[in-house]
Amino acid sequence: MSWKNYFSTSIGKKLQMSLTGLFLIVFLLVHCYVNAQIFYNDGGVRFNEAAHFMGTNIVIRITEFGLFGFLILHIVQGLSLAMKNKSRRSNAYAVSAGNKTSAWYSRSMALLGTLILLFLVMHISKFWAPNRFHQLTTGEEMNLFTAMREEFQTLWVVAVYAFGCISLAWHLIHGFYSAFQTLGLGTSKYKGTIKSIGVAFSIIIPLIFLMMPVLFYLHIIA
Amino acid sequence: MQHYNMNLTLKVWKQKNSKTKGAFESYKVSNISSEMSFLEMFDVLNEQLVSEGKEPIAFDHDCREGICGMCSMYINGRAHGPWSQNTTCQLHMREYKDGDTIVVEPWRADAFPVIKDLVVDRSGFDRIIQAGGYISVNTGNAQDANALPIDKQKADESFAAASCIGCGACVAACPNASAMLFVSAKVSHLALLPQGDPERKTRAFNMVNQMDTEGFGSCTNIGACEAECPKGISLENIARLNREYIGSMLSGSNAEGLTN
Ligand code: SF4
Ligand code: FES
Repeated sequence: MSWKNYFSTSIGKKLQMSLTGLFLIVFLLVHCYVNAQIFYNDGGVRFNEAAHFMGTNIVIRITEFGLFGFLILHIVQGLSLAMKNKSRRSNAYAVSAGNKTSAWYSRSMALLGTLILLFLVMHISKFWAPNRFHQLTTGEEMNLFTAMREEFQTLWVVAVYAFGCISLAWHLIHGFYSAFQTLGLGTSKYKGTIKSIGVAFSIIIPLIFLMMPVLFYLHIIA
Repeated sequence: MQHYNMNLTLKVWKQKNSKTKGAFESYKVSNISSEMSFLEMFDVLNEQLVSEGKEPIAFDHDCREGICGMCSMYINGRAHGPWSQNTTCQLHMREYKDGDTIVVEPWRADAFPVIKDLVVDRSGFDRIIQAGGYISVNTGNAQDANALPIDKQKADESFAAASCIGCGACVAACPNASAMLFVSAKVSHLALLPQGDPERKTRAFNMVNQMDTEGFGSCTNIGACEAECPKGISLENIARLNREYIGSMLSGSNAEGLTN
């Protein structure tokens, strides 16, 4: 029997969600580390250096294809699972348990994911896409630091970023633990640790991301 | 606790069969003792209906002592009612007070079609068991009890998993109508024992595959099943099922007996 069969049952699909999710978690860490260079407040020198490395290093550029591939798989598989699962109960309960037996964010992964996706469309069209286009046409990268500075002068852009970061935080609180549970690591021994690290990660990383537009907006980083 | 009597309004799901659409119907019951069980309260209501020449409400029950898993009722939004690690037959009327309205629905999942009123068809579970929830043993004289030494901890965990009564509350409570907790309990109690070894490489896949075929949803680690399971089957069993599945994937993908 082929691995394709193993990956197409409900556990197989869950494994796809887990593995792509873990890849995206690693990506978030790297992305956060690179962008956190702006906190040096050195006019973007270190940040642009790091961004230049990320934008030109061949290994990173190849991984970028993987990133988009995994991201799309995560989105498509996630949405299709959510829709299928919804259809498994054609007659809804008149009275439902609500938050008494489970957490709202665990039940709302598809919704939170969709909000993140909408945010991503805007985010990519503001930075990644214009930058790659610039590279293609001029051979040079954009100055991403000044681009950020300009973008984050508009209040509604900052608000959308804040909204994106909050959605990401809730998505991660379930997603981080869930990814490990799917790999079979949710044992009595590890479950507590995984959950704690997950909650810390889900708060800290989105918070650092959120500080970027906010600090630019407040002219604390200039 | 002081004994008391109460009058209640019940809104119960009535449905002729799986083909027809159901609807709620309201009933009044009076003088219900706080010491009755929830099912005894239903007995009172049914006797009342029979004496009025009406059709009684169909509901499943057998042991009435919390071990058979038949008494499926979704009560005010909760599988088996509000008490934790409890079955409907062990829910007692002292939970309610005079004048309460109680909404009673069947397990709702497309894989559990309604047979009549509150009775649902849970034979999907039987087919999942048939797909892999068994062991192969040679017949002959019974072995000496201690011929196969088993870790105390493993024996306990296996026993805890084996306490699943197949009631289906996990499916009823799951927002995805997934049967993963049930499957994980059935895989776990065999995976932990040496007797379960011969089918180890095929069991998890075959049972999960059958679960999908039956039309249960897929598990997204929400955890409502664990919160509602009358036997306290924990999500750790699902983690174990996942490990069994991954193990089979990595080492046994050409094992004989894999369906699909
Ligand atoms: S796992 Fe719990 S809720 Fe599910 S069938 Fe078994 S005893 Fe019932
Ligand atoms: S009737 Fe047997 S468990 Fe409730």
